[in-house]
Order: sequence, then C-alpha cells, then structure tokens
Amino acid sequence: MAEQQIVPSHQLVAPVARQSGQPVSRCYQCHKCTAGCPVTMAMDLMPHQVVRFVQLGLEEELLKSKTIWQCAACRTCVSRCPNGIDIAAINDALKQRALAKGVQPALPEVAAFHQAFLASVKSKGRVHELGMMIAFKMKTGTYFQDVPLGLKMFRRGKLRLLPEGLKNKARFRALWQGEKGGQA
Amino acid sequence: MKLSYYPGCSLHSTAAEFSASTEAVFKALGVELQELGDWCCCGATSGHSLNSYLSHALPLHNLILAEAAGNDLLVPCAACYNSLKAAQTFMAGGSQEARELNQQAGQILEREYRGEVQVRHVVDMLADDRIKALLEERLQKRLAGLPLAAYYGCLLTRPPKVASFEANPEQPRLMDRLLARCGATPVGWTHKNECCGASLAIPQPQLVEQLVGKITAAARYAGAAAIVTACPLCQTNLDSRQPAGAEPLPVFFITEIIGLALGLDAAPWLKKHLVDPLPLLRQQGLLVAS
Ligand code: SF4
Ligand code: SF4
Repeated sequence: MAEQQIVPSHQLVAPVARQSGQPVSRCYQCHKCTAGCPVTMAMDLMPHQVVRFVQLGLEEELLKSKTIWQCAACRTCVSRCPNGIDIAAINDALKQRALAKGVQPALPEVAAFHQAFLASVKSKGRVHELGMMIAFKMKTGTYFQDVPLGLKMFRRGKLRLLPEGLKNKARFRALWQGEKGGQA
Repeated sequence: MKLSYYPGCSLHSTAAEFSASTEAVFKALGVELQELGDWCCCGATSGHSLNSYLSHALPLHNLILAEAAGNDLLVPCAACYNSLKAAQTFMAGGSQEARELNQQAGQILEREYRGEVQVRHVVDMLADDRIKALLEERLQKRLAGLPLAAYYGCLLTRPPKVASFEANPEQPRLMDRLLARCGATPVGWTHKNECCGASLAIPQPQLVEQLVGKITAAARYAGAAAIVTACPLCQTNLDSRQPAGAEPLPVFFITEIIGLALGLDAAPWLKKHLVDPLPLLRQQGLLVAS
C-alpha cells in the first residue's frame, strides 16, 4: 500500500453512510473505538482507520481488508464513540459491498460461516445448528476442527439431528424474497 | 400474568437448558409463557453482516406475530433480543425503507407492525417490579456466599441506546443484584462486558479461545467460583473454549441460579453443561433435592 498513490476522494462517504446509516464524516480520529475493540490483534486496519479510509475513499484497501470480516460486532466502538459512529455497521456495509463487487473476502472462513448460517435459515426458517456446521465444514474443508467438541455436545443432547421447520413456509419464503432479500 | 415467549434457534438446540430453566422459573412464579407460534430465526450476526434487508425483515416477522398475540415478548437469547430491539429502532426511525418494509410485511403477514409490543429480555423482566415482588416471596438465599462473576457480554448492553436496560451500560448491575438476592456474592471484576467473540467461535476457534481465556482469567482473579451469563453464545463459548492450564470454571445461565434458589430441580439442566458444575454445587450442599 505504501507504494500506491493515495488520492483522497469523498465518493465513498455517501454510499457507505447511506447503507450503514452512520454519520461517517463526523469522525475526528480520537481513537476511542480502537482503544476498546477486543479483536484489534487480528485486524490489519484499526477501527478508526476504517472510518478514515472511508472518508478518504480508499475503497480497494477496505474491501480487501481482514478487518471488515474480523469485526465481532460487539459494538464497543459505538458505545464509546463521541460521535455515535457504529463501526460494526460500517463493516457490514463494506462486507456487502465487497461481495457485490466480487472481491474475495480476506477471511474466507468467516464469509463462509455467515453464508452457511443464512442458507440454513433460508431453507427451514430456523437455523439447524448441526446441518449448518456440516455445510460450513464442507465449504471450508475444516472437517476435523472442533469434532471432539461437537461429539461432546451431541452426547449431552445439545445438537438436534433433524431440522425444525415453520408451519407457514409460504409466508416466510415471501418475506425472505421480499424486494432486496432474494440474493442471500 | 401472561407473556409471549420467543426462544430462538439456540434455545431449541445448544442452549436447551436456558430455555428449560427459563420456563421452569417463570412457571414457579405463576407467570404463563406462551411460545410464539411459527417464529422464525432472527438472522443474528450473519443476517446483519450479509443482508441488511433480512436483518430487519426477519425480526419484524416475529414482532408482528407478537403484536397479534397481544402480550409483552419475553426473550432469553441476548442475540435475538438485540436483533429485535435493533429492528424496533429501525422501524421507529420511520425511514422510507422502514415504511416500505412494513407495507410489504403487512401484505405477507396480513398485519402491519404498529410499534406496540414490548420486547423484554429475561434479565430485564426478572428485574421488573411485578416479577421482583413474586421473586421476593419465593427466593431462598440458598447460595450462601458463593462467589459468582456476573458476565453480561455485548448484546444485552450495546449499543446502549438500542439495547440497554441498565442504568449504566458500561457497569451493568441487574444480574449482580439478582445473584445477591439468591444469597450468592457477586464479585467485582473487570471483564463483565468484554466480548467473547460470539459466532466467530465457528470460523475462528483459536481467536475465541484467546478472548475466553482473558475473561475466565479475570473472573478467577476476582475470586469467582463460577461465571453466570444470560446469553447462549457467551455460555457456549465460555463453557466449551476455556484454554487448558487452569481448572475450568463452571458457566451457569442466570435462570439456572434463580431456579436453584427457588428450590427447583436443576439437575436436568446442569447435566447438559460441558464443564461439570455438579461438584461445586454438591460441595455447597445445593443438590440435595435430586
Ligand atoms: S471513536 Fe468515533 S470519532 Fe473517535 S476515532 Fe472512532 S469513529 Fe472516529
Ligand atoms: S464492533 Fe467491531 S470494530 Fe467495533 S469494537 Fe467491536 S469488534 Fe471492534
């Protein structure tokens, strides 16, 4: 990134502000968000940098960053930001932008998890945790990770074998497919 | 008193003991819980991460069903509670998007959202004056001085304007007070509302183990014999991902502790835990009933 010329552009502020509902331009880089964030050790951009990069229009760096996928959505940042900026919501907007533009997620396993989760909800209306875990493992090839834990949970009756469904499937399906929901 | 009940997906599976203990506690208090018919998943983190539409539409489905049922909605899962509150905030904002969503949902569900239903988390409800009075009559201080760390995590208090029912969301206290009423000693500690990593446990187990390690170390340092939570994600992560090295701490749901103090049979719930809490409870003489 160092060798790349940074050309500040405000063109990213409006769409990200609209999609996330956050007053992105109010940020004055006080770093309170970053000071409280629990997962900075695994981030490549600090939370305050995410906001600054949006202000500067550095879209490619943002969409390719680990940070937008790493965010745990704990909302410590927004609780403490003097300007009420919810960086989890900004990260969500950037994740959706990255997928819409075909940018490969920097943490593919996190993206695969969210996709497996929503696929499970889509098919039955409720998450089937066991089925979702299997789908996630097929997608990521992490077949053996957490298997002993899964077995322990299974033995204690914490994982249902069969999914539960809704009675009124048509109603749920119609709502799911509503105007903008169809793509998930 | 009658409440609608929204268990959510985790309480029908990995956190079945949270549901069973919630139902038993409210039953013991004479409060009728009626499970919302045909509720759907709230979408949780994955919903708001990948699809803004669904993050509002799925909770709205449940809010409309709850309004049709007509009672306040009791929600034990912190993640479901947070999604429902966020959707209510979105709808109350009255944006064009919100109005369109309501119209569309109204056509599909034959009823629009009116903003009348009260969404109450279990902790919030147990601190409600009406329930407090009922608890006062029946609670026994059975947990004689047991040092417990009340762990609130993220979703019950943040963002404060959307989700919190605490006077000070940075220093939540309602669970501490409930524990004290059961006779336990809530410890003062540093990691009450630090994040456990939530659903990142599945794609990134090592990261979550690191976060869980910090939380359990802090609880141990404060002298806690166990941790008490009101979130199925927190409980699962803390119960299953404590790093090797120290004796793992048992992790209870708040309703299990209240159930114990009400003299209910807690054994069926506690047998589901991965870190076995029975030795600690036996040592305290708390399992005589079973
Ligand atoms: S806390 Fe708010 S104002 Fe301060 S750097 Fe972070 S986003 Fe900007
Ligand atoms: S919501 Fe995301 S960016 Fe904000 S503090 Fe939590 S993990 Fe960090």
